[in-house]
Amino acid sequence: MQSQVLIEAKGLTKKFGDLTAVDHVSFQVFNGEIFGFLGPNGAGKTTTMKMVNCVLPLTAGILTVADMDVTKRARDIKNMIGVAPQEDNLDPDFTVFHNLIVYARYFDISNVVAEKRADELLRFVQLEEKRNVLIDQLSAGMKRRLILARALINEPRILILDEPTTGLDPQARHLIWDKAHSLQKQGVTIVLTTHYMEEAAQLCDRILIMDNGKIIEEGSPENLIRKHAGEEVLEVAYDEAVLKFLKETFPEARLDVVSDRIQVFTSQPKGVFSQVLRKFDFKAAMIRDANLEDVFLKLTGRRLRE
Amino acid sequence: MKTQRNLTLYFRIPQLSYRVWHVWRRDQDVFMKTYKVNFIPPLIEPLLYLLGLGVGLGGFVQLPGGLRYDVFIAPALVGVSMMYASFFECTYASFVRMYYQKTFDAIIATPVSLEEVIAGEMLWGATKSLINSSIVLGVISLFGLVRAPFFWAILPLSFLVGLLFSSIAMCFTAITPNIDSFNYPAFLFITPMFILSGTFFPFSALPIQLQTVANILFPLTHAVTLTRAFTGAEALSPTLLLNLAWLLVTTPFFFVLSINLMKKRLIK
Repeated sequence: MQSQVLIEAKGLTKKFGDLTAVDHVSFQVFNGEIFGFLGPNGAGKTTTMKMVNCVLPLTAGILTVADMDVTKRARDIKNMIGVAPQEDNLDPDFTVFHNLIVYARYFDISNVVAEKRADELLRFVQLEEKRNVLIDQLSAGMKRRLILARALINEPRILILDEPTTGLDPQARHLIWDKAHSLQKQGVTIVLTTHYMEEAAQLCDRILIMDNGKIIEEGSPENLIRKHAGEEVLEVAYDEAVLKFLKETFPEARLDVVSDRIQVFTSQPKGVFSQVLRKFDFKAAMIRDANLEDVFLKLTGRRLRE
Repeated sequence: MKTQRNLTLYFRIPQLSYRVWHVWRRDQDVFMKTYKVNFIPPLIEPLLYLLGLGVGLGGFVQLPGGLRYDVFIAPALVGVSMMYASFFECTYASFVRMYYQKTFDAIIATPVSLEEVIAGEMLWGATKSLINSSIVLGVISLFGLVRAPFFWAILPLSFLVGLLFSSIAMCFTAITPNIDSFNYPAFLFITPMFILSGTFFPFSALPIQLQTVANILFPLTHAVTLTRAFTGAEALSPTLLLNLAWLLVTTPFFFVLSINLMKKRLIK
C-alpha cells in the first residue's frame, strides 16, 4: 500500500498570460504519506495545489489523482479531497457548527450524517465549546482548526493543507501538527505547502522544493539535509583572518558569509568543528545541527521574494 | 472568425446539476437567520409610497379613464420590488460573497462547480424577488388595490423578472473592478428605470423616442405593464404577450452571458 501512487503529475504546466507559474513539473505522491511542497513565495506551490484540487485548469501536462484525470473527473476527485486553504474563507454568516453543516451539503452528505460528523470533528479539533459561536468571534488559531475540521467533513482520502500554520502561535501550531500525524495514522494522505522549514521537517515523509515554478530538489528531509548541508554547521562572527583560517582548515567545505557571520558547512562527520573550537577561541562561535533551512537557503538563495 | 470565437466564449451553455440548489439553500439559510430584518423593506416601502404618492399626490392627479392614482401605482410598486430585490442581491451581496468573504472559492473546492455557484446565486436572487414582491402584493391587497382574480400570475412573473434582473446584475458583478463601481449601473440604469418605466405616470406621457428606448432597454417597463394587467388596474390585451416574450428572450440571454463572464473573471 505504502508505495501506491495516489497523485501523479507529468510535465504539469500552468501559465497566467506571460507568467509561467508552474513549469513542466513531474512528481508522485504515495498513498498514506505526508508530502510537503516547499518554496519561496511565488514558487508555484499553491497553483499546483489548486490544479490537484481541480479548481484551476492545466495549461499543459498530465495530472491524475487516484488514476483519474483531473480534466475529466473533477467532481469525483473533489469528492475525495479535503482542502484547508491559505486564506480564511469560512462563512461569516454562520456559526461554527453551521459552517460544517452547510459545507457538508455541497458534498451531498445527508443532514443526519453531517450533524454527527460535525460534532465529532469539533471534538477532534477541540472546538466543541465554540459550537454555536459566529466566525468573527474566533481567534486565528481557532479559525485554522475549524478550516481543518471543514476539510475533513467529507472523510477525504487526500487532505490538502495550504500553509496550515502561517500566523499561528506555537501552541496552535503544535496542535495542527498533532492532528496531521493522527490523520496520517488513520490512513489519510496529506499534501501540504509551507515555508516553515521546521514544519516540513516535523511533518513530512518526503518534500519537494520548488522555485520559480520548477522543482529543484526532492527527497526525505534527512536525506536532503545530509546531501546539501551535511551534519553540523559552524557559525562564527565575521573576521578576515578567521575566514582565511577556516578556508585553509576545511578546504572541501562550503563557506557562506551572511551579514556579519560566517557559516561553514561540511560533509565530514560530527565532531570536526569542536576540535577546532577547542584549539582556537573564535568570537561568538557556535556549532549546531544542519537543518532544512540551510538546505532551502542554499537551493533558493537569499534574494527576497515578493 | 474572431467574433465567432468570442460568441462561443460568452454564450457557452453552462452545465448545471441539482447542486445549484445547495448554493441556493446556503443563501436561504442566511436569509432565514435574519428574516425579521429582511421583511422590513418590502413591508414599509409600499406603505410609504401609497401614503406619500397614492394619498398625498393622488388627489392632484387625473388619469385617463378616471383610474385612481393609488390603483395605478400599486402594481408598479410590486414590479419595482422585483427589480430592487434581485438586482441588489446579485450585485452588492454577491460581490461581498465573491470578493470579501471568498465564499465562492470555498464552495468550488467541493463537487459544486463555479457555473453552479453562479446559477444558484441568481436563482436565489429570483427567489428574493418572489418573496419581496409577494409581500408588497399582500400589502396593496390590504388596501383593496388588487382587483383581478388572476393576480396570482404575478408570483411566477416575479420569479422570471427576478431571474432577469439577477442575471443582468451578475454581468455587472463579473466586470466590476470594485464594489463602489456598482454606482454606475445603480444610478445610470436602475434609477432611470424606476422613474421612466411607466411606474408613476402613464408610459404614453413620455416622448415617443424615450418610449422606444424604454421599451428596448428597460425590463421594468415590461414587468410593470404585466403586473398592472394582472392586478386588474388595466385591461388584459394581446400586446401583453409581447411584454412576456421580451422577458422570456432576454432572461436566458443574460443568464448564460453572466455565467460565462464570471468564469472569465474567476477561472484563470
